[in-house]
Amino acid sequence: MSAPNQTRERTRSSTETEELTGAEIVVRALRDEGVETVFGYPGGAVLYIYDELDKQDAIQHVLVRHEQAAVHAADAYSRSTGKIGVALVTSGPGATNAVTGIATAYMDSIPLVVITGQVPVALIGNDAFQEVDTVGITRPCTKHNFLVRDVNELAQTIKTAFYLAASGRPGPVLIDIPKDVTAKRCRYEYPEKVQLRSYKPTVKGHSGQLRKALQLIAAAERPLFYTGGGVILSDSADELTQLVRRCDAPITNTLMGLGGYPASDRQFLGMLGMHGTYEANMAVQHCDVLVALGARFDDRVTGNLSHFAPHAKIIHVDVDPASISKNVKVDVPVVGDLRSVLREMNELAEEMGIGGGSLERWWAQIEEWRQRDCLHYTQTDTIIKPQYVVQKLFELTVGNAIVTSDVGQHQMWAAQFYGFDRPRRWINSGGLGTMGFGLPAAMGAQMAEPQSTVVCVTGEGSIQMNIQELSTCRQYKLPIKVACLNNGYLGMVRQWQEFFYEERYASSYMEALPDFVKLAEAYGHIGLRAEKPADVEPVIREALRLKDRMVFMDFLVDRTENVYPMVPAGAALSDMILV
Amino acid sequence: MHRHIISVLLENEAGALSRVAGLFSARGYNIEAMTVAPTHEASVSRMTILTQGSEEIMEQVLKQLNKLVEVIRVNDLSEGPHIERELMLIKVHAVGSDREEVKRLADIFRGRIIDVTDRSYTIELTGTGEKLDAFLHALDPGMVIEVVRSGASAISRGAKSI
Repeated sequence: MSAPNQTRERTRSSTETEELTGAEIVVRALRDEGVETVFGYPGGAVLYIYDELDKQDAIQHVLVRHEQAAVHAADAYSRSTGKIGVALVTSGPGATNAVTGIATAYMDSIPLVVITGQVPVALIGNDAFQEVDTVGITRPCTKHNFLVRDVNELAQTIKTAFYLAASGRPGPVLIDIPKDVTAKRCRYEYPEKVQLRSYKPTVKGHSGQLRKALQLIAAAERPLFYTGGGVILSDSADELTQLVRRCDAPITNTLMGLGGYPASDRQFLGMLGMHGTYEANMAVQHCDVLVALGARFDDRVTGNLSHFAPHAKIIHVDVDPASISKNVKVDVPVVGDLRSVLREMNELAEEMGIGGGSLERWWAQIEEWRQRDCLHYTQTDTIIKPQYVVQKLFELTVGNAIVTSDVGQHQMWAAQFYGFDRPRRWINSGGLGTMGFGLPAAMGAQMAEPQSTVVCVTGEGSIQMNIQELSTCRQYKLPIKVACLNNGYLGMVRQWQEFFYEERYASSYMEALPDFVKLAEAYGHIGLRAEKPADVEPVIREALRLKDRMVFMDFLVDRTENVYPMVPAGAALSDMILV
Repeated sequence: MHRHIISVLLENEAGALSRVAGLFSARGYNIEAMTVAPTHEASVSRMTILTQGSEEIMEQVLKQLNKLVEVIRVNDLSEGPHIERELMLIKVHAVGSDREEVKRLADIFRGRIIDVTDRSYTIELTGTGEKLDAFLHALDPGMVIEVVRSGASAISRGAKSI
């Protein structure tokens, strides 16, 4: 083969015409987008790109131990910073492993750019080694995806991908790049902007509709704000807080919306929905005007749709027109970016003299519901209650930690007992409900904010779904604190079996658990165990004291504790199972 | 449940068709027929989708189609006056006295015989789906050898484009 000669020749000509290889273009474009961190895993189809990444320092590559974790980490990096997360994986199994991460981000509208390698163009469709139809597989779980067959289209495609990921309703965008495209050369020019005749998301809300909405709110006797992940994604927590305070109305957040309004504030009723608070769910069922902002009336939020908010006129603001009147018929629909809309609403409210209304009777009713103390639990001195662990975590981190979670009971307890006063502190897989999200998400958040305390609240089931990432944490010296609420059960599955399957616990008991303390030590971390209530506080204190070390806290908690309140699937929100 | 004819203008790019088809199957929307071909502008394809659904579902269908990045414009033609045409090619047994009979029938429906053998005719017929159905019903089912239908194409009445 005459490859060496050819290469030399090509290099020379490239310096003359300033042509770059596809791999160089990928790295240059990422830099031009201001990307600082890429999470990934190498493989045959992306070796040219890795080779280029290795030649520069502007972008740090974080080597995970499984592609799913790369995407989750990039996802949480985005959730904690608001920037676009970037993941890089190889073709075939690299891409399929990434799919769960992509679908997770898609369901929660997280802006990501995922770059996958592909077999050379000439081999596409030949069942080549490590070939899979990546754009076909990811079409339903990406906002958009591209297969780049020509190096001349690479820079423009990357630019468009970044634009699509973050604009309108955000989401993951995938770019599939065949290996030969990363080796071919062309002139590099990064486009300044993107013009798509077929894609023009609405930013500004319709002023007439906003006036109508404010008039409804002002005239309401029992208004309620119900806000979701859109508040976090559009960075409009301050604007929201201003409006809600002005109206003196109660507010509830979805699981994805926590931190969008200060949890410690008097007007905050807690989360609503299946495991929402009594006061929040009762307020939904009794309000006369429901103001839904950046939320999508998910089935875990609404319960039985035909009984949802039966007395309310509904105002719905969302950047995605398809989210409006999808599940619930809306009286005042507004399409627009929430930050722009809330700013205008605040101005209009001022102009219209809205605020200072008298909602005493409504508040008196709400206070009565609050007296029910629906999150109450009793901590004895023998068995650790999982709620107690989260509450202690909250107290000892002064509510300042970034908390990631996996999926199940621990996730609900974290949502219920860790009060988030600020946005982008609570990172969980709300839509897809992906077990295995928590630890890689903590990595992404810790990479983004090295100085912050990052706690992964997890269970012994979920943590084992991406346990290999303990190795990544070691390599990058990530001082994450894992709080494992270990009850030996897939707790949420067990709870449903107790309530709805006559206590037949099919496959929800976890036998043969590893010794998590030793496991943490085997990976080079510190493991601590709390077996009784008196251990909880010292263990957390010790973990927090070890600022530069990863600590795995194994809390042996009450094995049969349930999450309350609970609205059974398909029931009305007011039909809660209470403690 | 009403019958709707939806026109979609979309970028003439690889994958755009499967995005639309995938959307319908993923969200459980019904497709009775779908046609697609480039328009006078080579970079734009036009798709005609024949579907059924309640008002709420149709609202979602239109919104979800609009949400696809490659979709330029979506229009429910059945909301206004429009013209609908479908092409059918049909091959029938034609021997003996049937030959005259089939020819007469084709004439009545303004069909054209476009291929002939000593045992068969192939007929071309254009019209609404209903008309094509009616022609099929008028034939003795035993005579039909093969049928191919294009699915509906449709365009709004008047001077404006969608």
